[in-house]
Amino acid sequence: MSAITPDEVVDLKGLNCPMPVLKTKKALDKTEGGKILRVDLTDAGSKSDLPAMIKRTGNELLEMSEEGGVYTFYIKKKMG
Amino acid sequence: MSEEQPKRMAIIASKGSLDMAYPPLILASTAAAMDVETMIFYTFYGVDIVNKHKYANLKVAPIANPAMPSPVPMPNIIGMLPGMTALGTMMMKSMMAKINWPSIPEMMEVCLEMDVKMVACTPTLEMTGVTQADLVEGVKVGGAADYLDFGLDANINLFV
Repeated sequence: MSAITPDEVVDLKGLNCPMPVLKTKKALDKTEGGKILRVDLTDAGSKSDLPAMIKRTGNELLEMSEEGGVYTFYIKKKMG
Repeated sequence: MSEEQPKRMAIIASKGSLDMAYPPLILASTAAAMDVETMIFYTFYGVDIVNKHKYANLKVAPIANPAMPSPVPMPNIIGMLPGMTALGTMMMKSMMAKINWPSIPEMMEVCLEMDVKMVACTPTLEMTGVTQADLVEGVKVGGAADYLDFGLDANINLFV
């Protein structure tokens, strides 16, 4: 368990590329600046896909972890 | 970072089979999610991907496609038999459903929602008798210069 408390949680387990990136971006667009989004997913490709999208869109990846085939990302939405 | 020019990607989609329809739509929607301005220019058979009478029923042909997965090993020439294209398409669609993959119309909707520019090639439309009314809503028509105008300022240009 992470010490970070998310403001929003999105469950994308069972989805494959490109859906985790698309749905995470959609959720980030709806998140307020400075708030923290947690995403849970099972697509192994997202380990590199999601950080790439997060970096390119100017958001911040706070933490990434894996447990029992589920990848969890904590993303801080950029301000403004 | 925000003062930089936005990144751009331009894709030419020239093929209208099911397997060749996915890559442009997947790349375009993912690029849009990465804040990349994206255009897909549909030409020749690629126009079928944005033809609303056809895009839900694109097919994949086993003939001359040795990479096509098959439940039992068989010579590729079998692909010429009547019904093999329908069978191959059905198989591929069930494989896609197994991994929860969106359909072509669903991918198209996602792309349009994310402001991917969609342009269908005018000479192709004229040649095949397809009109703007036959195209998915949100798809514009344009020519080679339209693609080039966008592509000249793009960081990535792809021909599919």
